[in-house]
Amino acid sequence: MRIECPLCGSRDRREFYYAGHASALERPDPAASAEIWDNYLHIRENLAGVTNDLWHHETGCGAWLVVTRDTVSHAVLLARLAKRDKK
Amino acid sequence: MRIAGKGLIDRDSVLNFTFNNKLYQGFEGDTLASALLANDQMLIGRSFKYHRPRGIMTAGSEEPNGLVTVQRGRTQEPNTRATVQQLYEGLVARPQNAWPSLKYDFLGINDLLSPFLAAGFYYKTFMWPKAFWERVYEPIIRRAAGLGELAEAYDHDLYEKAFAHCDVLVIGAGPSGLMAAITAARAGLDVILADESNRLGGRLLSEVEEVDGVTGRIWADAILVELARLSNVRIMTNTTVTGAYDQGTYGALERVAHHMHLSPEGLPLETFWRIAARKAVLCAGALERQIAFPNNDRPGIMTASAMRTYLNRYGVSPGQKIAIFGNNSDAHRTARDFVEAGVEVVAMIDCRQEVLAIGNYTVYAGAEVVGTSGRLGLKAVTIRHNGALKTIECDALGVSGGWNPSVHLTCHMNGRPVWNKDIASFVPQDGAVPGLSVAGAAAGEMSTTGALAQGYAMAQAIARDLGKRPKSFDLPLASEGPYEITPFWDVDGKGRAWLDFQNDVTTKDIKQAAQENFRSVEHMKRYTTQGMATDQGKNSNVNALAVLADATGRGIPETGTTTFRPPYIPVAMAALGAGGHAKGFAPERFLTSDAATQELKAPMIEAGLWYRPSYFPQLGETHWRQSCDREAKMVRKTVGICDVSTLGKIDIQGPDAAEFLDFLYINSVASLKVGKVRYGLMLREDGHVMDDGTCARLGEHYYLITTTTAAAGQVMRHMDFVHQALRSDLDVSFTSVTEHWAQFAVAGPAARDLLNGILTHTITDKTFPFMGCGAVQVGGVDGRLFRISFSGEHAYELAVPAGYGDSLFRLLLDQAAGMGGGPYGMEALNVLRIEKGFITHAEIDGRTTAFDIGMAQMISDKKDCIGKTMAARPGLIGPERDQLVGLKPVDAIKKIIPGAHLFETGAEPIRQNDQGYVTSMCYSPTIKSFIAQAFLRDGRNRIGQTIKMVEHLSGVSTLCEVCDPVFFDPEGGRLRG
Repeated sequence: MRIECPLCGSRDRREFYYAGHASALERPDPAASAEIWDNYLHIRENLAGVTNDLWHHETGCGAWLVVTRDTVSHAVLLARLAKRDKK
Repeated sequence: MRIAGKGLIDRDSVLNFTFNNKLYQGFEGDTLASALLANDQMLIGRSFKYHRPRGIMTAGSEEPNGLVTVQRGRTQEPNTRATVQQLYEGLVARPQNAWPSLKYDFLGINDLLSPFLAAGFYYKTFMWPKAFWERVYEPIIRRAAGLGELAEAYDHDLYEKAFAHCDVLVIGAGPSGLMAAITAARAGLDVILADESNRLGGRLLSEVEEVDGVTGRIWADAILVELARLSNVRIMTNTTVTGAYDQGTYGALERVAHHMHLSPEGLPLETFWRIAARKAVLCAGALERQIAFPNNDRPGIMTASAMRTYLNRYGVSPGQKIAIFGNNSDAHRTARDFVEAGVEVVAMIDCRQEVLAIGNYTVYAGAEVVGTSGRLGLKAVTIRHNGALKTIECDALGVSGGWNPSVHLTCHMNGRPVWNKDIASFVPQDGAVPGLSVAGAAAGEMSTTGALAQGYAMAQAIARDLGKRPKSFDLPLASEGPYEITPFWDVDGKGRAWLDFQNDVTTKDIKQAAQENFRSVEHMKRYTTQGMATDQGKNSNVNALAVLADATGRGIPETGTTTFRPPYIPVAMAALGAGGHAKGFAPERFLTSDAATQELKAPMIEAGLWYRPSYFPQLGETHWRQSCDREAKMVRKTVGICDVSTLGKIDIQGPDAAEFLDFLYINSVASLKVGKVRYGLMLREDGHVMDDGTCARLGEHYYLITTTTAAAGQVMRHMDFVHQALRSDLDVSFTSVTEHWAQFAVAGPAARDLLNGILTHTITDKTFPFMGCGAVQVGGVDGRLFRISFSGEHAYELAVPAGYGDSLFRLLLDQAAGMGGGPYGMEALNVLRIEKGFITHAEIDGRTTAFDIGMAQMISDKKDCIGKTMAARPGLIGPERDQLVGLKPVDAIKKIIPGAHLFETGAEPIRQNDQGYVTSMCYSPTIKSFIAQAFLRDGRNRIGQTIKMVEHLSGVSTLCEVCDPVFFDPEGGRLRG
């Protein structure tokens, strides 16, 4: 498997650390309900199809990436930086 | 026997080799198989189940029968395919699966018992009595099972892994592969051309037909010369592409030194390649299949194309009287070539009615082979022709049931091959592997001219795809007739007809599976073990499912195939795991003080990948405890030195550094003054403790934090995530500087005196108060000094650039020695921290919360931080939690064991009564008792109570007093002293 790192180019998956679904980017407000926090931390879809995952280019540039891939065909459709523009 | 004037062998280079303890001679260019056949050694081994005598069946990596053990120096390699093994001077090979000898094999009795050993025998027979399985059946089966034997000694051979990248990977160097490679290369693409053989050309090396007006192999050599000259082409011989993986990644096994008796020092035996290719062309050709007829497994019976290979490539005839049995036009090329080479061809048996001979040989049209004879080698075949039986004497029989395109790689990503009735074979599904196109026989194109055209067309298309403008050039033409086939799978008749030679599966087994309702091809496979041997059914799967289709009244396409999975050929685990054993599995990290530490004969212990001193034994000390006790007392009394460089160090800078750290730590960092250090605790977002460490503010926007040795990588990754994914609004940069600094703890009442002996500028309690930090100079080197303590003593950590670590450590030891101090190791460090109630990852093991370790009050209520919300959730706080406490034995038994569980004194020590567990333990020479850290249900409210520690593994039960975790100097006066 290879991932196209936006900073480094196409790299072998051994350079990356996998960290689950990209919903981890949507951190709830500290005062949000227990249910919202529970969903954020523990509840994940188990999709057959297109999914967005977080991968850390740990032995490369150190960038966290959102990788869009298809869990059925294994196609890697897109990889973008998790870092967003300044709020 | 050798045939004069034929073959690509070098008859001036004689090679001596041994098979079955007998000396033979072959030539440079031979394989072990061709050399054995040249010496008329037809019997090579015994089959797996019935121990039937077997000989060479093919001339390639798909060989099911010709498996031998090659002895190579100290290593013996079982299941080496004689058809792939290049001959070398001094090669030693042994037959397998035969005892006491190849000719008289004891387990040959299985063959007589075969009526009882048919498919499903094991499943049906060894069911009862149940107790017999482990003691009786399994040992017997295990002894009889398996092919070949391992040396059961350390494998001294070197294996390597390697990575390669290219625009186009061409798999196979036959006509289509060579054409694809040269076309892509001329278009300016980076090309890797990989082929299983040691010589490029594929089938062209085995045929006499012409390409572009010259013999095929001469055309191949000319292409090779051009390819070899181009810098954008890498030719990999002896390399089998074993698997197709996601995003254009291919696995490939290169046999680097199998053709050498003793390889040069440092040369690997095999290299496992991972090739990343933008595009690939599969030009793997096709494999000839057998026809199942009674007793079709005798030595001397092989595929018709293998016969041609032995004749044309190796100058060998496998017999003196050759017969051919086939259902297609291609088989006739074998008859023609042998006639032209002057070998007697006694019969061309063709099951088709309309047959056109292409040479001077006798054709039996509409005939079939119904039996064979010859116990250790073929002597005659019996054919049915025009309704009559006829026995023909022959010592070699070439069989052709047609050709199966090598579709394997196209199935590695779930692709299913499709049935092509014109060639009565499966061909690849279009687009089965993204980026992989298929050309030539692998795509079902059976003519050489067509294969050349496809290779060219695929490569041109790829070149255009990759943005090149390839020039077109004239295609070479090949001389050969058309491929015509009438499907024919098995001959009805008396006697067993083999399909899978390696696993001894016969047509009868397949029919029985169908009868017992194992009708799905996957069920049939598992019931009969068809296709489950090391050749993975390359020679037999299609025939077997044709027989199954017939037995179940379905067509072949409806019956379908089993799934081809990587690897295409057997790959040694040593090759797959190359670089991943011993130090490759766990690299060693050494401290800058390692040399000095080793000189002091300190035993080392592993801390992650680091090696740290356990203790520093002195003369007369015979037990580690003596050293440990002395070192712990030394630190409490004078001064001790300990290398603490393994702690993770992260350098953090930027205007928002304080805000960033505030979001990471539960406690406030922004309020820390420049020149001060603070203890900090990080949580995971789920509220559990991630790590602890210190945070030093070196400047207004400049921090240095430490992590524990174990969690350094995890914390760095976490910080990257928090910054990039959650707080990219913050202007902050950070990087790991763990290995940039050598850092030493100087601990004990005399610590400051020691430092003032070596620092350029004297320090005082005022310039470096407790938890102070700042720049210092030592011996002209700029360093950093932190007044922090993991021992509870007046202590510092002195850091210098790593290059000065060794000399600083030696200098510190010199100074300490003059003051009654010295180095201390991990054992004493552990004692000192347990006495003070400090925690390590034994305590913060991922299941504990800030509340559990008594630090809930550190969570700042003035800010948000990672884990804050969840740390407050029900279930993570309260009396139901196991909380950090100290333990001290109170009875005659003093033993406390980490990992042991805690129970009420009167309670039965069972899981339901569990009250907690011990995490750390030591003997404290200061307290003069064993002391421990433990997590106890509602522990902070139970201080002073007695609890029972039980360790079931060693049967130890100890009564303990529950104490405050801080055993020594609870007021902390010594820290500030």
